[in-house]
Amino acid sequence: MQSTLWQKIYAWLDERLGLDNMYTGLLDRPEPLGNWWNTLGSASLFLFLLQGATGIFLTVYYTPSPDHAYDSIQYIMNDVAFGWLVRGIHHWGASFMVMVVFIHMLRVFITGSYKYPRELTWLIGVGLLLMTLGMGFTGYLLPWHQMAYWATTVATQIAGSVPFLGEFILKALRGGPDLSALTLQRFFAAHIWMLPAALAALIGAHLYLIIKHGESAYPDKED
Amino acid sequence: MSSKELNRRDFIKLTSAVTGGIMAAGLGIPIVGYLIDPALREDKAGKPVVVGNINDMTEIGKPYPFSFTITKVNGWERTASSYGGFIIRKSDDPKDLAVLSSRCTHLSCRVNWHEESKAFQCPCHDAKFDADGKVLDGPPPEPLGRFEFEVAEDGAITIIPVEVKEG
Ligand code: HEM
Ligand code: FES
Repeated sequence: MQSTLWQKIYAWLDERLGLDNMYTGLLDRPEPLGNWWNTLGSASLFLFLLQGATGIFLTVYYTPSPDHAYDSIQYIMNDVAFGWLVRGIHHWGASFMVMVVFIHMLRVFITGSYKYPRELTWLIGVGLLLMTLGMGFTGYLLPWHQMAYWATTVATQIAGSVPFLGEFILKALRGGPDLSALTLQRFFAAHIWMLPAALAALIGAHLYLIIKHGESAYPDKED
Repeated sequence: MSSKELNRRDFIKLTSAVTGGIMAAGLGIPIVGYLIDPALREDKAGKPVVVGNINDMTEIGKPYPFSFTITKVNGWERTASSYGGFIIRKSDDPKDLAVLSSRCTHLSCRVNWHEESKAFQCPCHDAKFDADGKVLDGPPPEPLGRFEFEVAEDGAITIIPVEVKEG
């Protein structure tokens, strides 16, 4: 049979990249009979990517400075074409992501999928939940309006009530004793660089383990 | 597959591709608008500014310098930039004026009037322009820009702060 140009290009790439192996290894895996609850992990992944994409686009206009943060967000909302859409997706996607990640965790708990050999997948998942919450916490301050300012004041104050280390933790979070330009800047750095990088790494490990162990079957009456 | 009916696998592939495509386009097209938005905005011409009074400019042929600032709003920030120029009376007629911009047409340095050489000189690459803005020497490709002006009853000179080309 005559192969088309595309088939030739694909064969050339496949020979060097192992595309077919990747496909069978990553996507064409046997799945136990599941239901829609099993899609929540993928939904979390999708939301992470969506937040990443919209977040990157927000940084085109957003400025993490006390003088300009609020105005720059007003500008995104009222003046930039589709700014309301990009920010709207990021804003609502943030709450939605926390919810979806949490329900994903609940389903893993209810089906008992955290048991041997998947304990590490669960442990990494706990890290993923905490970091997602961390994204919400750091992101919430960024608009630098009254609500954000006071919510962060209160939350850092709570963190500061830890015995002995409290004062140190409070200062480390705020970048000093008070909420200031330093707080906004370090929350921004955590929100767009540190936490997303850590999240991406943990997601990689999570997925590796899922592919390695396959998905757990639903417990039947015997269990 | 010879049957015309779609099997389950192909149906899922097709629906995934279609919904994926719709979502990608639904986000992708607005994103392009979002990114190029500032490039599509029109530069608004500033409001007219008063730059001097003809009654203070008694000598004919002498360039009287003036300057003004324009505040531009770029996104969430206001920037005040200063601009300048020269008013030259060409005759006794109080409306017979040349209002030149001091922005060198080579690379935008500010030119100054030099009385000895009777020329506007640019400090950057030694260009010279005559009192009417024509290039005498140096790299500039065209004469100094001009401002459209009006002279009121009381002698106040108002310009529209947009440079227009000679000619
Ligand atoms: C790589 C990923 C991300 C980047 C680059 C990013 C970037 C940004 C930027 C620039 C802002 C400021 C604009 C604004 O307040 O609307 C922001 C806000 C915010 N982000 Fe993210 N973000 C990312 C992921 C996430 C994730 C995963 C979450 C939550 C689970 C999240 C939660 C938030 C929240 C709650 C806000 C405040 C939204 C608001 O009040 O408008 N972000 N983000
Ligand atoms: S900018 Fe005036 S001569 Fe180059």
